[in-house]
Amino acid sequence: MKGKIVFVAIVLAAAAGLSQAWERSIDPVAATAPAAADAAQIERGAHLAALGDCIVCHTAKGGKPFAGGLPLVTPFGTIYSTNITPDADTGIGDWSLAAFTRAMRNGVSRDGHHLYPAFPYPHFTHMTDADIAAVYAFIMSRDPVRARAPANRLVFPLNFRPLVAGWNLLYLQRGPEPGAPVNAEAEGTTDPTQTVEWQRGRYLVDGVGHCGACHTPLGQLGAEKRDQMFAGGVIDGWDAPPLTTLLHAPTPWTRAQLVAYLRTGFASQHGAAAGPMLPVTQSLGDAQQADVEAMATYLMSLQQNAPGNAGAGASASAGTSADAGAHNQAVNLTQLASPAALANGATLFNAACASCHSVAAPMSISGDRPSLAQGTAVNADSPRNTVRMMLDGIGWQHSEAAHFMPPFAQTFSDAQIADLANYTRARFSKHGPWPELNAAAVAKIRKEGVEP
Amino acid sequence: MITLTVNNVRHTLDIDPSTPLLYVLRNQLQLNGAKYGCGLGQCGACTVLLDNQPVFSCLIPAVACGERPVRTVEGLGSAAHPGPLQRAFINQQAAQCGYCIAGMIMRAQSLLERVKTPSDEQIREHLQPNLCRCGTHMRIVAAIREVAGAGGLEAAVGAGAHS
Repeated sequence: MKGKIVFVAIVLAAAAGLSQAWERSIDPVAATAPAAADAAQIERGAHLAALGDCIVCHTAKGGKPFAGGLPLVTPFGTIYSTNITPDADTGIGDWSLAAFTRAMRNGVSRDGHHLYPAFPYPHFTHMTDADIAAVYAFIMSRDPVRARAPANRLVFPLNFRPLVAGWNLLYLQRGPEPGAPVNAEAEGTTDPTQTVEWQRGRYLVDGVGHCGACHTPLGQLGAEKRDQMFAGGVIDGWDAPPLTTLLHAPTPWTRAQLVAYLRTGFASQHGAAAGPMLPVTQSLGDAQQADVEAMATYLMSLQQNAPGNAGAGASASAGTSADAGAHNQAVNLTQLASPAALANGATLFNAACASCHSVAAPMSISGDRPSLAQGTAVNADSPRNTVRMMLDGIGWQHSEAAHFMPPFAQTFSDAQIADLANYTRARFSKHGPWPELNAAAVAKIRKEGVEP
Repeated sequence: MITLTVNNVRHTLDIDPSTPLLYVLRNQLQLNGAKYGCGLGQCGACTVLLDNQPVFSCLIPAVACGERPVRTVEGLGSAAHPGPLQRAFINQQAAQCGYCIAGMIMRAQSLLERVKTPSDEQIREHLQPNLCRCGTHMRIVAAIREVAGAGGLEAAVGAGAHS
């Protein structure tokens, strides 16, 4: 019954959008004119493509760069990324700049069919004409690769593309139409109290960087919840942590730490990037330093005060918060991992983890590596990333600066992972074990992982 | 006291519960095939099969094995009667110093038990966690390819009987 209601809602949405459900085809172009793009424009496009991590989604495992075919697992089914190399048959070699711009702004393919919003055009729509043209020039300067992505496997009725028009009507806040002048003022992104760098950072974070695509929670139909911007989401079985609580970390994040993390995948006071964020940081390593610094400046301006810094206002309600604290503690105590479970966790930690993660281990002293006490995953409210990390580890990244952790998915049972994670949190963080983390919870998280 | 099943033999052992499986195999059970390389899960020399899955035995406490059976390179055959994969490693002279080989064989064994005739790409990807400092990778791959080319482990047993 619920499914039927959702179905009707979608159909209504589609009907509302029906006037735009079929877009016109834009004539194919025989060949791109490389002369139109100069080297400087292509380089600018390369930097923007790095900020947008195009290569991360548009490259299959073991595949050629930008040739598509990577499965994106969504709650609505599996979507395969498309080939965006300039191959005329299987890529976008016959797309004009107008067709490319329409895809970036409106999510419509050259032949007029709607693209699914797994392609983050709700963000790219805010890019300027000049930036879209630069990305186009860069993409068209790549080697054409002949590769056809597998067919999408989406649940009915979402496999009917015109429905996306209804989705767009509900959720897409289009940027300027192609050809219209675009500047920060027209976009309403100016804030006279902020610096030029902040404006640039906001433009990059909300536009090409599309940070919110993972870090903002999604609603029923897969659209970002605008009232919970950057409050954290879930992607590929990993938590994309909230970007508004960076000051709540054991050592509050700084702009410098954030820049280092974004460009190298490692922050000396917080830890290493893992899961879906790791390839993002690898792509950002190819972006321009100044652009990443601007993004960090903007992101740091979004922060909520740390709990301890609530200020004098908090004292007025001291009585209430003390009560709340006592209440929380009482609840937690009844659900805490048992002493036996923690003892088991300690045994497992000493054998499996301590050789790298004990306080005295060379691995945790050299190379500016932070203690687990600083780790984002260990301090997170949700155990998902700690468990995910223990199960998956971090694979070899083919570089000297890479971080590695062996996977333990085959080594430990669900109950053992639960004991290990709870012990790790109890020992290293200021929080107790995760009240809800047990073997069943680990089994659930284990299943959320991306198929190997 | 803990119990541990290794190569189909059940052992009862009086050990500290956090003792790594590798130490128990080598010290208590005198199964010296698996080697201590890095102790950090980065080299693969200690690889054994736990419930038929390859694991770093230096990183798992023996007590955590529970009822899951352990298999080591000694379980695949002996010097007099090597198993099909061991025979292929000998045929291809895949060992230089030999330190990594028990781990290489066990990880490859788990692949061949799951995929009868793996491709070169599958072999290379599967063996990625195991390092060899001598550089005999091409011969190691050739040995695994030999078993795959003979139609898998079971077929290679038959073929080996005639060679």
